[in-house]
Amino acid sequence: MKTLELDVDWDGHRAGQHLDVRLTAEDGYQAQRSYSIASAPGERPAITIERLEDGEVSPYLVDELREGDRFEVRGPIGGYFVWDGDEPDPVLLVAGGSGVVPLAAMARHWKRVGSSVPMRLLYSARSWDEVIYRDELDRLGIGVTYTLTREQPERWQGYSRRIDDELLSEVAFPASENPRVYVCGSTHFVDAAADGLVRLGYEPATIRTERFGATG
Amino acid sequence: MNIISRGFRGRRQDGPPDRVPPGQYLTDDFPVLSAGPTPHTLLDEWTFDIRGGAAPMRFTWEELQALPSEEITKDIHCVTKWSKLDTVWRGISVDTLLDAVEHDAGYAVAFCDGGYTTNLPIEDLTDGKAWVAYEYDGEPLEAEHGGPARLLVPHLYFWKSAKWVRGLALRDEDEPGFWEQNGYHLRGDPWLEQRYWGD
Repeated sequence: MKTLELDVDWDGHRAGQHLDVRLTAEDGYQAQRSYSIASAPGERPAITIERLEDGEVSPYLVDELREGDRFEVRGPIGGYFVWDGDEPDPVLLVAGGSGVVPLAAMARHWKRVGSSVPMRLLYSARSWDEVIYRDELDRLGIGVTYTLTREQPERWQGYSRRIDDELLSEVAFPASENPRVYVCGSTHFVDAAADGLVRLGYEPATIRTERFGATG
Repeated sequence: MNIISRGFRGRRQDGPPDRVPPGQYLTDDFPVLSAGPTPHTLLDEWTFDIRGGAAPMRFTWEELQALPSEEITKDIHCVTKWSKLDTVWRGISVDTLLDAVEHDAGYAVAFCDGGYTTNLPIEDLTDGKAWVAYEYDGEPLEAEHGGPARLLVPHLYFWKSAKWVRGLALRDEDEPGFWEQNGYHLRGDPWLEQRYWGD
């Protein structure tokens, strides 16, 4: 995983939005990919890229790019999977792996604007090493719960399994508090989380999802 | 003016270039994207409605299945950049459905379980360009991919192929649907790269 800070001339973004990166080779060949913006509104846009072994774009961005290099960026894009902080409802963020990126933007925004809305992050990762932004997330002031599904550090006291209904019932706000939910991760992860929350009584319309297919 | 990305070589497509629209890459997967949880509607409750014609028209699941269907093999293109070639579906042509209704509408909004909508001009839905599809790759369409039935409009970006479709509302004007209200292009032609507002 690598986080790139971008120098762009734009009017800013909303938490949860993404941007499109376009790379052009010397012979004119182009490739485009979308990346969620990791930084909060008001901060310089930053994207966190997961290096996919057989990817076309991510290995270039992670391995080759140096400070001062340039590429084309388009955005910010997206008007649905966004949190502006204007509503009083509690917010539940459910992240699977690299799906934490747009949710971290929301959590950072929460901190920057001094929001008093209850916000919780449930973050599933395969191991402690694969948790990104971890020192920062714990210091923002939101409730953070990790579940490490493949391996755990010695003396780990937290959850160590894929999310299921029981885990959700212990971590999520009660449905009666009418929370807004943002779920982001692989499609299997999103299905498990969203279906589980619906079984807990959450209204489907309150659950916003973003499914990351690994896009290379 | 393009900025050249120093040192970027990229991976040239194996696919035929005249079948991959600009900005797309080929995949063998079938990625799932959606804005919310997957709806699950029982077939004995399922209906497909056409509203806004001379009289409302409703098909139950059995009635839809009784209509002439066809196997369709098409390339599909998602606005998130992936394209998948030669996807195989079975469905009923939207021409067949619209022929059952008297109307002079220029546009339609597809509406779906879960609240999703998308708008299309009638000419993008007719003359063999669109289907209500209920099988993919020879099997009943999975809920994750829009089952029991979805709209299939392969010549436009795949967000127009509305999953969990429950009907068409005929309109005189082009009314932006869900993604069209949330930053995405009103029409969505992949060959013109009409992804977002302003394209």
